[in-house]
Amino acid sequence: MSLSTPHVAVNAPDNLRFYETEEHHPENGTLLGFWLYLMSDCLIFACLFAVYAVLGRSYAAGPSGADLFDLPLVAINTSMLLLSSITYGFAMLAMQKKRVPQVLIWLGITGLFGLAFIGLELYEFHHLIHQGAGPQRSAFLSAFFALVGTHGLHVTFGIIWLVVLMFQVARGGLIAANRRRLMCLSMFWHFLDVVWIGVFTFVYLMGSL
Amino acid sequence: MSALHTPSAHDAHDAHGHDHDDHDDGASHSTFKGYAIGFVLSVILTAIPFWLVMAKVFDKPAVTSMVVLAFAAVQIVVHMIYFLHMNTKSEGGWNMLALIFTIMVVVITLSGSLWVMYHLNHNMMPMSPHEMKNMP
Repeated sequence: MSLSTPHVAVNAPDNLRFYETEEHHPENGTLLGFWLYLMSDCLIFACLFAVYAVLGRSYAAGPSGADLFDLPLVAINTSMLLLSSITYGFAMLAMQKKRVPQVLIWLGITGLFGLAFIGLELYEFHHLIHQGAGPQRSAFLSAFFALVGTHGLHVTFGIIWLVVLMFQVARGGLIAANRRRLMCLSMFWHFLDVVWIGVFTFVYLMGSL
Repeated sequence: MSALHTPSAHDAHDAHGHDHDDHDDGASHSTFKGYAIGFVLSVILTAIPFWLVMAKVFDKPAVTSMVVLAFAAVQIVVHMIYFLHMNTKSEGGWNMLALIFTIMVVVITLSGSLWVMYHLNHNMMPMSPHEMKNMP
């Protein structure tokens, strides 16, 4: 009689089974892994924010944030990034409706807003360095360029990724792999917007006070 | 937002056709409404801090910084919910767990650095021009 026990587990009713009965989602692993990457990226930014918090008032008799920052320009920059976030959202909505041309158009618009952001930031950096307020001027400016520059680099690589994805979507359509890539970039892009909230609040607004 | 990242996403999939690709993305189903709410809230939460600083609404900078930081915190939460589709259920709760752990490390890093460096400055720096003049 005891020989029958191994069969019990197999023939058990559904509520006694301990293995997964639902279909498996391989993409979940990617999205979770990408989220973990974003969280580790968050730690990089936390360190740079901590550096800025410590050194942000060490001007070395040089210019302060209030002297340098052009808040209207920062406001335009912020709106560029915010607009790119919503247009990426529209690309995701078009992806759910499986409309390839719409996805490409919204991705293109997102990329243009991203380029506008990078362009304005490079203009600001150029302007600062031209004024003699480069990263070597004071601890404050070193920390400023490190933090804002790292964010800008992230946006730059986000744009490169976006262009690559546009080609992939145009060639392969909205297959599962491309949808997964689009979702990862979506997380990356919105994450950069979240970091920018910290930058414009902590660096620009509080630095101008 | 109930439409985002719910386990019932399967039912939604089944509702529109049995395209086989549909079954394996297992991702959030964002809605136009969600993005629109998030965008409008973000615009408001961005515009007010800029206005507070540029129009110098409060006399004391300390008050302004506190208010501006509070707006930033709220806006980060708005972005997390409406743009990044965070909730306690996505990826079986692992997303949220990773986020909580990260926030913990970030808070320790920021507050710890500020605390240590403030006291370091306080104890190491000459306090006044007079003291500086009399330094060995």
